[in-house]
Order: sequence, then C-alpha cells, then structure tokens
Amino acid sequence: MSPVMLELFFRSFWETVVMTVASGAISLVAGLPLGLALVATAKGGIAENRAVNLVLGAIVNGFRSVPFIILLVALIPVTRFIVGTAIGMWAAIVPLAIAATPYYARIAEVSLREVDRGLIEAVRAMGGNRWTIIREVLVPEALPSLVAGFTVTLITLIGASAMAGAIGAGGLGDLAIRYGYQRFETTVMVAVVAVLIVLVCVIQWAGDLLVERLDHKS
Amino acid sequence: MSSQTLSAGPAAETENGQEAVVRLTDVRRHFGDTPAIDGVSLTVRKGEILGLIGRSGAGKSTLIRCLNGLERPDSGSIEIEGREITGLSEPELQPLRRRIGMIFQHFNLLSAKTVEENVALPLKIEGWSREKRLARAAELLELVGLTGKAKSYPAALSGGQKQRVGIARALAAGPALLLSDEATSALDPETTASILELLKDINARLGLTILLITHEMEVIRTIADRVAVIDAGLIVEEGPVWSVFADPQTATTQNLLAGVRPGLPQTVAARLVRGPGGTKAGETGAGETILGVDLSGPEAGTLLSGLSVELSGGFRLIHGGVDDIQGQPVARFFIGVPSADGAAAQAIAYLERRGAKVEVFGHVAGHA
Repeated sequence: MSPVMLELFFRSFWETVVMTVASGAISLVAGLPLGLALVATAKGGIAENRAVNLVLGAIVNGFRSVPFIILLVALIPVTRFIVGTAIGMWAAIVPLAIAATPYYARIAEVSLREVDRGLIEAVRAMGGNRWTIIREVLVPEALPSLVAGFTVTLITLIGASAMAGAIGAGGLGDLAIRYGYQRFETTVMVAVVAVLIVLVCVIQWAGDLLVERLDHKS
Repeated sequence: MSSQTLSAGPAAETENGQEAVVRLTDVRRHFGDTPAIDGVSLTVRKGEILGLIGRSGAGKSTLIRCLNGLERPDSGSIEIEGREITGLSEPELQPLRRRIGMIFQHFNLLSAKTVEENVALPLKIEGWSREKRLARAAELLELVGLTGKAKSYPAALSGGQKQRVGIARALAAGPALLLSDEATSALDPETTASILELLKDINARLGLTILLITHEMEVIRTIADRVAVIDAGLIVEEGPVWSVFADPQTATTQNLLAGVRPGLPQTVAARLVRGPGGTKAGETGAGETILGVDLSGPEAGTLLSGLSVELSGGFRLIHGGVDDIQGQPVARFFIGVPSADGAAAQAIAYLERRGAKVEVFGHVAGHA
C-alpha cells in the first residue's frame, strides 16, 4: 500500500472506532434505562403498567423491524436537525445510535428479566423501594450478562457502520467498497477484512474477560 | 446486638396478658376463584417461636407474605405491633418492613455482593454510613458464626453458611419479628439442625419473636413453642407443640405427624384381625391383642414401667416409647398383650386408670 493509501486506511480505521464507540455509548446510556423500563412495567414487574409496556414495546419493535440501510436514509432529516449535516462520520452516529438503542434495550431486557425474582422479593422485604431494587439488585445481578450483551451490540455496530458509508460516513467499510471493490484493489479489501476480524476478536475477548471478572455466581 | 434495638412499639395485649407482635383477624386472600387464605385469625406473641405448618399449597407462603405487605389481603385485619397495616401504601410499608426480618428457602443472597455487603444492605437502605454498617455486619457475622467469611461471595459458601448470612442480614436492622419461609427446606438434616439451633439461640438471647413456616413437623418439634396447622387456607389446629404432638385433633395434623410420630408397623397391621383375640372357641390363646397407647404429661414417663409391674404375664413393646417434647414427656407406643387369661382387659383397665388413651387395634395369631 502507498503511504497515501496507508494514511487513508488509518483514518478509516479511526472513523470506524469512533462511530462504533460513540453510538455504542449512546445505545448503552439510552438502551439500559429503556430495558429497565420494559422489565419494570412488564406483568409482575416492580412498576407494572400494561399501557406503558405496550407503547415502549411497540416503539422498540418499530425501530428494530426497519432494515438499517432504510433507517439510515429515513433518519436524514433527524440527523440534519441534530448534527447540522447528513453527511460524514458524526452524521452517521445518529442513525447508528438510534438503531442500536432498541437493539441493546431488548438485550438488556432479557438479561434483567433473568434476575431471580427471589432477590427482588428479599430486598422488598427489607424495606427497599424500586430505586433500591434497580440499583442494588437488577443492575448489579445482571451486570455480567449486560456486559456480554453490550459486547454483542458493539460488534453489531462495527458491521452497521460499514453501511453508513452509503451516506459518506467513511470508515473501514466505506474504504473496502470504494477502493477494494470498485477499484479492484484486492490488498485493501483483504487488509480491511483482516483488521475487522482483529477488531471484533479484541472486543469479544475484552468483553469476555470483563464478564469473567464481574461474575461471582460460581 | 443489644436488646434495646428490639424495643417494641405500642403493642396490643393478648388474652393472657402477653404482648402480641402480630394479630391477624379473618384474613382472606383469593387468587381468581381459589382462596389461598380463607379467613385466618392468628396471634403471634412477643418472644415466642410460632410454627405454621401445612402442605405445599396450603396457603402458608401467602399468609407469611401478608405480614410484611409483600401480599395484600382481600379482607381482614393485620396488626403489627398494634398498628393496622392493611391500608398502608407501598412507601408507608417500607419503614415497617425494616421492623420485620425475613429468611428464605433459597437464601436469596445477592450474588454480586460480598457476604458483609449482603448483611449490611438493610442498613444501607436505612441510610447508615458505609463504615458503621460494615462494623454492624461484622458483629452480626460473629453472632451467626461466620467471622472469616466477610469478604467472600455467597457462591463460595455452603447452603448452611448461606442461610447464616441470610439470618445475619434479617437481623441487621434490629427487627421486632423474624419471618422464616421454609428456611431449612433446602438443607440437609445436619445443617437443618444447626440452623434451627441458631434460630433458637437468637430467640433466647435477643428475645426475638419468630414466625416460621414449614412443611416438616421435625422443624416444629425442634424449635417451636406453639404450632398452628394450616390446610386449604384455614387454621385447623393450634396449640402448644407438645399437646398437638400428643393429641392431634384433625386428620391433616395426623398426616403431617405421620413421619415423626410412632405408628403401628405395617408388618403387624397386615396380620391384624379385628377385635380382641383369644375369645373364640378353638383358639389356643397364644395370640396377642394389639393396643395403641397415648399419654402426655408427668404420668407418661412411668407408664411403661408401671404396666410391666401390673402385668405378671408380661407384654411386648412393638413400637414407640416416651418422647420429650418441650420438656413434656409424651408417651405413644404400641404393645402386644397375650390374649389369654384376660391379660388384655387387665392392661386396658390399668392404662386407663393412669389416664392414658387406649385404642384396641385387634389381635394377631401367635407372635407378631
């Protein structure tokens, strides 16, 4: 690869990392409360509310059912409103975060639902309120599983960020399409795939290590 | 752990002058059309260990959860330390729950917290500083004999140790009442005995009132002062443990007692012929009349020896003997008395004179 190509390669790598981390962070901050809300308002939950649960569920399903490439285009007005432009890396973070939030919310919901109901009962019996239950039981007990789910979300985001190249977001996926595929530069294509494999492996490995550290169940 | 932390609030008086920690009046709770509790009235007196026993599905879990507001009854009155709790909102119930400790069959310890953090959690909820609550947790862990385990995670503990942590946690906020929901049902017999010993010790040392629910009569026998038997959502029998063991009034209680109370051995029961033996023409008189004998109280201890003096022809003890329940001798045994020469009649007369309840099961030919 030429020095110019190499520089382009590193910039693309950096863009992928920024898009993944930024949208991942937003999906964590927004998706976890959404997951908590889904579990809390569900039947038998700590704040059972059928109407709220149905509405939240419908919103999550709505976003989850739209293919990402369509969401990317459909959200252009929203992106333009938030970022000021619909093109580039920062613009891509908006649809990525909006797609990843309901995705992580569902993953978090499953993790939180797995928490032994007896533990919630025990904390209620010692005089804890809903906030205590969330802070002392639901989140800490589900934490290993929440982290494992977040690892999956991050890896999914790496894949999705490649599609964001369609709106000029840059990143490794964009590089692979424009140079590797359209200009038949096989070296670029192979290098991108190799780097993506390494990136995914590193995230998975770090996630697994963290889960192991956090899990005191056995 | 000092007794002033257990100071009771305004308390109602029971009929015999003792304070009532819990008073239930005609409590009902239905799930759909099925009544889980169908009009229960029950009093738990200050300082006692009351055992509530019933089969699974009898309504005992629902009942115990009504006491700290985890379940709400459809009707009836629940007074805790003289205060009516049925109308209270969830936020109003929260401070009340801190006066009631609870331990569970599956311990319900938080896996992500260390032993000391688990024990200190009720104090964290009460807003104690970290330093103070960990100091208190250390005291409690000493009380339950787990001093070295403060920094361990629950997963590293045995079942018995986990329940000790559960007990320490339940005691942390200095409750007036301890609820035990099948606390020993997941433990092996030896561990069960040590946990019951601990609960008894806590009851004696701290004067803590304990309401325990169980399906095992052995637990009641080991630890309880009084027992209430629940069946299909109703209290069918209630009284001091020794008296319920000595003379169970209902079929439910008799069935629950079957495992811990001597019964007529199957081998003998299979060969029984109704009626006293040796009276029909042609019988040799070598048979035995089988008697079941029940007596409780001071007289019970000397009943067997007295009978052996009374019957010159001797008799055979088939099963049972004299048991000690709460310091009360409780005699229950099955004997075979030679049917010939009116020995059986003589035995019955003697036993009844001593105040025992005698049941003639029938007779068997020859030796059983």
